[in-house]
Amino acid sequence: MTQLALVIDLNVCVGCHACVTSCKEWNTSGQAGPLSDFNPYGANPTGTFFNRVQTFEVGEFPNTETVHFPKSCLHCEEPPCVPVCPTGASYKRAEDGIVLVDYDKCIGCKYCSWACPYGAREIDEQQKVMKKCTLCVDRIYDASLPEIDRKPACVKACPTSARLFGDVHDPESEVSKAIRESGGYQLMPEWGTQPANHYLPRRKTQLRIHEDELVRADNPLKVDGKLPKPAKAEPSLDDVTSW
Amino acid sequence: MHPAFSVIFLTTLIGVGQGLFLALFTVESYSAFGLLPPQPSRFYALGSAVALGFLVAGLVASFFHLGHPERAWRSAAKWRTSWLSREVIVLPAFMGTVCLYGAAHFSGFNPVLATLPSGAPVNVTAMLGVAGTVLAFALFVCTGMIYACLRFLQEWHTPLTVINYILLGGASGFVLACALAAVAAQEVSGFLGVWAMILTALAFIGRVASLLRNARLRPKSGLRTAIGIKHPHIAQKAQGAMGGSFNTREFFHGRSAAFLKRVKWVFLLLVFALPLGLLAGGFASAAFFIQYLGLIAERWFFFAQANHPQNLYYQAVS
Repeated sequence: MTQLALVIDLNVCVGCHACVTSCKEWNTSGQAGPLSDFNPYGANPTGTFFNRVQTFEVGEFPNTETVHFPKSCLHCEEPPCVPVCPTGASYKRAEDGIVLVDYDKCIGCKYCSWACPYGAREIDEQQKVMKKCTLCVDRIYDASLPEIDRKPACVKACPTSARLFGDVHDPESEVSKAIRESGGYQLMPEWGTQPANHYLPRRKTQLRIHEDELVRADNPLKVDGKLPKPAKAEPSLDDVTSW
Repeated sequence: MHPAFSVIFLTTLIGVGQGLFLALFTVESYSAFGLLPPQPSRFYALGSAVALGFLVAGLVASFFHLGHPERAWRSAAKWRTSWLSREVIVLPAFMGTVCLYGAAHFSGFNPVLATLPSGAPVNVTAMLGVAGTVLAFALFVCTGMIYACLRFLQEWHTPLTVINYILLGGASGFVLACALAAVAAQEVSGFLGVWAMILTALAFIGRVASLLRNARLRPKSGLRTAIGIKHPHIAQKAQGAMGGSFNTREFFHGRSAAFLKRVKWVFLLLVFALPLGLLAGGFASAAFFIQYLGLIAERWFFFAQANHPQNLYYQAVS
């Protein structure tokens, strides 16, 4: 069974919000209607987003680290938001595991948002229905797009390739390998929601350089004069030095 | 959570309606077994009409919570999994039963269907009353479970939530029944007053138990599991939006801890202490009025006190 998901590499994310803007651009332009904004150019702009990048500071000054943390629907394998929906507007697709909202059935009771511990769902104040990340379901199956473009808008936009997209149930997929090899983890595992999206942790990249590696022993600039000619009987390195 | 007045009025108003119906049928059952003098049909008809009024008012209030009230009929679909859907089914069923119960008393159409071995008659209103009682309790359970089933809202995820919905609704309904009896059936006024005091006292125990429980709660989630970084010092620096979002509006009550504390004392006084005193003094109408005001505060506090784990992601604007 397929379970499509995102894997987000916190070690690579630079917090540029390109995934946020590309997500908004793609999903506000679709046939499902806009992701409404209110007061967009005023003092307190607000609106509906599927994806947000948050920033956390880890550690105490001066030993701190800034972590940029993109957050969107995690497409849980046990989604707590789905069974509470009274109309069946909120559902998880059997074929690919994407959790979706049927905007035509949603009554806007907000109960599903109460049932999501991650705050992944946001109501559209204009359309009065609950909205959330669709994994760009209108894009990833669009056969009119070139194969390479059939990915969520956020994944395509990420300049550092911090976002990977694929089937986490296929052990040979790019995302499964990344989870396996880079210590991918789930958010709030204590609630048993089994999020399909995984995060890759920050990794310390350390390189050990020895003193003598900093200076080229055979640096030609350091040659003051001609090197003494080796004797013919001496062993040679190669044809250049042997005659 | 941000307390929505639509839901506050829904839960408190239907609670009164359910409790009032239970009180009416309690009186009728006692009368059927000869434990209380028989009451005029007018009392039951009036009581049912008032109960129905509260239920309808609650239902109307609930529509203000919906983004698309015209689609509300769809919400009966997922009764297999959703307590909200079950409530949507049980509430009209209960309203219909109350309506029939009142109509049977009002019209005087009340043939005896069977006779118990003890000689007590089983008539149409008794059968409707039993059905209504089952539905009233089912509705309390549905309403309570809507909140109690959300496992990560730890303040709500306890059997006390359901118990308190039953006890608070029952208490307010019995207080109102006592006030009605003062008008339409003085003989049972004292009986209902005693039950109203007992239920109010039981509700006090239940509510204080949940307050004590919630005061000792330790949140299961923290920033460390929320973002998966194992470090004792994590501070949010940006939440991805400057002007707030649905997440900041729906899940924060926006009041100070001191305000919450004041509301707690206000509802403890208005729901329990004052009505008990007024009932003892025989002022049932005033007791109901004060207790209902207190219940609005109680329900506001119930929502405001619940701390949603998503709030971990929305601690700082920038």
